[in-house]
Amino acid sequence: MFADFDQIMERLATKQLWDFAGGVHPDGHKGLSNQHQIADAGLPDYLYIPIKQHIGVDAELIVNVGDRVKSGQPLTESHNPFAVPVHASSSGEVIAIDEHIAAHPSGIKEATITIKVDGLDTQYNFDPVNNYNTRDKAEIVEAICKAGISGMGGAGFPTHLKSNNVKPIEFLIINGVECEPYITADDRLMREHAWQIRQGIDVLNYLLKPRQVLIAIEDNKPEAFETMSIACQQQDNYQVISIPTKYPAGGEKQLIQMLTSREVPSDGLPVDVGCLMYNVGTCYAVADAIIEGKPLTKRVVTLTGKALEKPQNFWVKIGTPVEHLLQLSGYNPDKQEYPRIIMGGPMMGFTLSSVKVPVIKTTNCLLAPEKNELAIVEDERACIRCSACADACPISLLPQQLYWYSTSKDYEVAQQYNLFDCIECGACAFVCPSEIPLVHYYRIAKAEIRQQKVEKEKSEKAKQRFEARKARLLKEKKEREEKHRLAAEARKRAMQSDDSGAKDKIAAALARAKAKKAGQATTEAPKESSGAPQAQSQQDKVAAAIARAKAKKAAQQSDNAASEKEQNTETQKTEDNPSQDDKKAKVAAAIARAKAKKAAQQSEDANEPKQENDQQASEESKPASEISEQDKKAKIAAAIARAKAKKAANKKANDE
Amino acid sequence: MSKLTVASSPHYHNQRDTGAVMRMVIFACIPGIAMQTWFFGYGVLIQVFLCVLTAVVSEAIILEIRKKNTVRAVKDYSAVLAGLLLAISIPPLSPWWISVIGASFAIIVVKQFYGGLGYNMFNPAMTAYIMLLISFPVQMTSWLPPISLTEQQFSLWDAIHTVFTGFTAEGYSVGQLRVGVDGVTMATPLDHMKTQLTQGYTVDEALTNDIYSGNSGIGWAPIAIAFLLGGLALIKLRVINWHIPFSMIAGALITAFIFYLVDPSTFASPWFHFINGSLVFGAFFIATDPVSSSTTNNGRLIFGFAIGVWIIIIRTWGNYPDAVAFSVVLMNMAVPLIDYYTKPRTYGHKLKAKSMSEK
Repeated sequence: MFADFDQIMERLATKQLWDFAGGVHPDGHKGLSNQHQIADAGLPDYLYIPIKQHIGVDAELIVNVGDRVKSGQPLTESHNPFAVPVHASSSGEVIAIDEHIAAHPSGIKEATITIKVDGLDTQYNFDPVNNYNTRDKAEIVEAICKAGISGMGGAGFPTHLKSNNVKPIEFLIINGVECEPYITADDRLMREHAWQIRQGIDVLNYLLKPRQVLIAIEDNKPEAFETMSIACQQQDNYQVISIPTKYPAGGEKQLIQMLTSREVPSDGLPVDVGCLMYNVGTCYAVADAIIEGKPLTKRVVTLTGKALEKPQNFWVKIGTPVEHLLQLSGYNPDKQEYPRIIMGGPMMGFTLSSVKVPVIKTTNCLLAPEKNELAIVEDERACIRCSACADACPISLLPQQLYWYSTSKDYEVAQQYNLFDCIECGACAFVCPSEIPLVHYYRIAKAEIRQQKVEKEKSEKAKQRFEARKARLLKEKKEREEKHRLAAEARKRAMQSDDSGAKDKIAAALARAKAKKAGQATTEAPKESSGAPQAQSQQDKVAAAIARAKAKKAAQQSDNAASEKEQNTETQKTEDNPSQDDKKAKVAAAIARAKAKKAAQQSEDANEPKQENDQQASEESKPASEISEQDKKAKIAAAIARAKAKKAANKKANDE
Repeated sequence: MSKLTVASSPHYHNQRDTGAVMRMVIFACIPGIAMQTWFFGYGVLIQVFLCVLTAVVSEAIILEIRKKNTVRAVKDYSAVLAGLLLAISIPPLSPWWISVIGASFAIIVVKQFYGGLGYNMFNPAMTAYIMLLISFPVQMTSWLPPISLTEQQFSLWDAIHTVFTGFTAEGYSVGQLRVGVDGVTMATPLDHMKTQLTQGYTVDEALTNDIYSGNSGIGWAPIAIAFLLGGLALIKLRVINWHIPFSMIAGALITAFIFYLVDPSTFASPWFHFINGSLVFGAFFIATDPVSSSTTNNGRLIFGFAIGVWIIIIRTWGNYPDAVAFSVVLMNMAVPLIDYYTKPRTYGHKLKAKSMSEK
């Protein structure tokens, strides 16, 4: 289906390329910022370094608030292949590790390390990988990971993951296209640091062993093309290619298609078609990491737009707040009717809601347009089905159909129209004569579909849990019934064969079992109880049980008292029992027990399991019946005990 | 710092809005209208004036009733364009109420009843044309011969008089005006050819009539060429894609050529079909109406080609001399189906069938 390596090389030799579908030609406005050398943005007062600045997971924190850090010192450590560490971009003190507004369209807050910069910029000790071309690949990949490099073109995919590739690579593509209007960061970097970029490419070339390295630069950057050509001329398998200016030629999929005619499968990766792509900024950072041992702590950021007095490129420490850079460029928001700061380019960038947002590893541009420079579109009109959007779409979607199904929430069909293949390049919305913010609608639709998926999975899991529980309960019930049936049969057999003495025993056992069941019933009861009367009887039950327990305890205590007088006294004191007499106490306790039992019986009679409690009561009343002697005092004591028990029970019940 | 304005990307838009698109189409019509006026008199301009005015007023009334932003919607020039296209299609000296009924029907019924701009299934101008043609066949087929062939010379005032009263200032009726120097009622080339062929004459015999110059009706060829130039300009300016005009003309020519090969004496040549009637105008200005035509490029090829085929079939065997309106409206109905089956292959998807299936 696609051209093979030789066909591609033949075609490239004739300076011919393929083309991708659609595309648009917005005015570049690159001249605003590409005329000056990259300046140093200096040190801000505070650096806000988000813990996660890439696609993947957080690395682990290894500093604490109050720690002094040096420039380049790691702040987090990676133990997960999808984690990329971050580093202090200048020396100072960690004054906070908390939530700070992040470089994200939503203005969400994310975990961020705040460093109060001391202005000394003391350097951390770096450990370069000397003679990398004699080292093991794993060692180099690890060094790239430790340097905290993630793709600097936009998405921020961890570079070490990409570089730890085992599949055969035909084309290593270095992306210096920079197709977004206004942005000139890569342009300036290539013009001024072509040699270091070339060193970075060399490292990647060693790691990946591609058959050919293609360095693609849009033809609106002739100076960059020239410097890169000179830097790469000694390498036989490096080829610098000038590609026609068309947005979004710098998109990974589009550039691969332009250079090789191949299409990255919808559910695949560039490596599936023998390609791997790195941004020129990433190559620069790789060279820093391997040859100098320096981690990624700074990057080139374009400050541009007509609202700035001095638009130009800066070397910016990662974590520098946007505010600092705007001041450097002479931005006066009071002059602006609609002050807007766009992070990224005008096509795919996002507006900031705060100037406290820090520059992160993927920030390539800050754009401050005047009101009419990039008109604010609020005049959305009806779609006239002109399909200018379809003609502009670089991946041959039907944007107006997607718009239709996205806004009508017909998400099934929207997905059939490959909504999730949309790269959100904005070409469709750029050309739309009705000024419909198409990409905005797709984002909403995508987010809602993702949300629905999550919820569906959740409910699916809940359903599974519920069914499993139901099955388990049913099984348990069956087992119980089976057990009871067997026990009953055994009893029947025993009754038929044995005399009355045995019958008594069986009766007792039966009573015990029933009592147990009743206990189970009472514990299960709260779940089922809903009406007020039921709750009342429940309270009664509990009260009775508590009274029973108290009485028992009292009996125990009086028993103990007979042998150990002191202890007895103490215990009785704590129990607030006025009686000092052992005998009396015993009697009182016995009576209290009996009364309590009676009360319990009564309350449980009101409910259902009558006999069981009778049995239980008779069993427990055995020791009580042994005490026959009763006198007045005992009666009083018993009454008091009863009252106390009742009170306690009531209180308990009320508390519950 | 004051509050920052937040918006969704892209923040960059090109300057061509709906109004600009519509205006470009209107400008592209001007050469054709000029030619039509040259050959058929000021009636053309009067119809343009009437239709456009009626269309805009109808649009404004309905939008007011629907409580929409009337000024903004009228400014998109879509009503102007619909009125203009209808005016070009109806005979120049039709009575004024033809234009008024037609233009108001196009806007109120065909466009606004379906939901307004972007929602109408059928081409407003052509649907209104069909309504007029079926309801008022006499008026709608009363094309004057080119001015050079008419016996009566008439002025702008005559034209206005005729449109509003049915008679010229001197009292001639439209029927009288249509009588040629030889005293025979003049018809359009297509009409004439059809009548001649049904009466058993051959194509060559029919072409000997005065209304023809060579293979084409006098006046019709320059008009077609003027519309062709305007249309090509629209393609060049990327207002329309080439697919529909190209495939529609190809469809008509291929179909005509097949019949012509079968019997050149009873079927007119492809060139005759191309240069007479409104094939060229229809191909560039009618069938390309974005709202009611197919939206995929492959779909447009099918859509246009089918219209071309229908035009020849209806011209040859239908009851009406020209067929652009019927063919376009017929194919409007097929658009959802065509669009569904002509989805382009998305980048990174292997087969169309696969891209359709669940991803």
